[in-house]
Amino acid sequence: MNPADFAFLAELMKSRSGLILTPDKSYLVESRLGPLARAEGLSSVDEFLGILRGRRDERLMRATSEAMLTNETFFFRDKTPFDLLKEDILPPLVKARAAGHRLRIWCAAASTGQEPYSIAMLLDQNPRLTGGLNYEIIATDLSEKCLERAKSGLYTQFEVQRGLPIQMLMGYFEKVGDSWRINEKMRNIVQFKRQNLLEEIRTLGRFDIVFCRNVLIYFDQPTKRGVLERIAMQIAEDGQLLLGAAETVIGLTDAFKPSPTRRGLYARNPEFRGRAAA
Amino acid sequence: MKSCLVVDDSRVVRKVARKILEDLKFECTEAADGAEALARCKERMPDAILLDWNMPIMTGIEFLKKLRLERNGEKPVVVFCTTENDMDHISEAIRSGANEYVMKPFDSEIIESKFQEAGLV
Repeated sequence: MNPADFAFLAELMKSRSGLILTPDKSYLVESRLGPLARAEGLSSVDEFLGILRGRRDERLMRATSEAMLTNETFFFRDKTPFDLLKEDILPPLVKARAAGHRLRIWCAAASTGQEPYSIAMLLDQNPRLTGGLNYEIIATDLSEKCLERAKSGLYTQFEVQRGLPIQMLMGYFEKVGDSWRINEKMRNIVQFKRQNLLEEIRTLGRFDIVFCRNVLIYFDQPTKRGVLERIAMQIAEDGQLLLGAAETVIGLTDAFKPSPTRRGLYARNPEFRGRAAA
Repeated sequence: MKSCLVVDDSRVVRKVARKILEDLKFECTEAADGAEALARCKERMPDAILLDWNMPIMTGIEFLKKLRLERNGEKPVVVFCTTENDMDHISEAIRSGANEYVMKPFDSEIIESKFQEAGLV
């Protein structure tokens, strides 16, 4: 690949999604953009990138930045965060909330929806966890394509077998052709919205719990800090944040404090008041 | 080391499953149909059974119902592994005492995930 094309693509990804594209990831360009190039009737990724650079067509730029993102996810991914939600996060939080409070959970970078639906099934299966409080789950992602799939609630046979216990498949899914669809009740609990984590997130409102897993790993340090501090401003003073296994707030921001005993769990630091916009 | 009985009438499937399970540190034995599987279980109850549905002589579901009536037959964790992929088959399997259910085709990730669900890994 021509270095100028690569630099152009890296800059596009950084500005649109925060993704840091390093030269060791150039193999990804071929596999992710190949289908896009073919769909445009072009013979190669090189030709596609040439046209992208020349025309700067908004539709192509958006399609490119979506295609370059990693959307891999599965039901109850990593298990621990869901145990933390059940055992460590919800009991004190529910106790601290008044009867009329509506619990709000945000799944940032929810991809094709397995994470929010896993939470929805978990809460539905254990009604005592929410102690009679109403709740809603807001799931956001940058990719329209992922959101469309997530909203449809349709998953392949392969996807429903990764992390999903058979009892949950029986209780919450129906077979539609070769796919499996999560039931309407779960689809109504989760609201999907397009949201770029690099942009203003105030319109999403205030949350009690935020899942933001396996997305910060793609960002550089200032971007990570920015995202974490924007999340902090949308989370309740006693709210909790869950990050992916390879992610942390340490060395980035004092907006959250790591749980001394639970890996991956971060409490909102009530003393953090935000940073004046630079 | 936990033991697993791999029951499938296809030698190729048994071989693939055995390789995956051995990587998960199971000690494996094999049976080509339900009757053979039942004989193996009477000799020694395994910790886990990976079970095909459609087999000659005795099907997987017939085997499972008989197994659960055997002495210590409630002990093995049974994971179905079959091309039958509709809700009726899944429900019948779980009602008959299966612990988990894999729809073929499978790969190592699915087997590992399902064995985790069943508390075996």
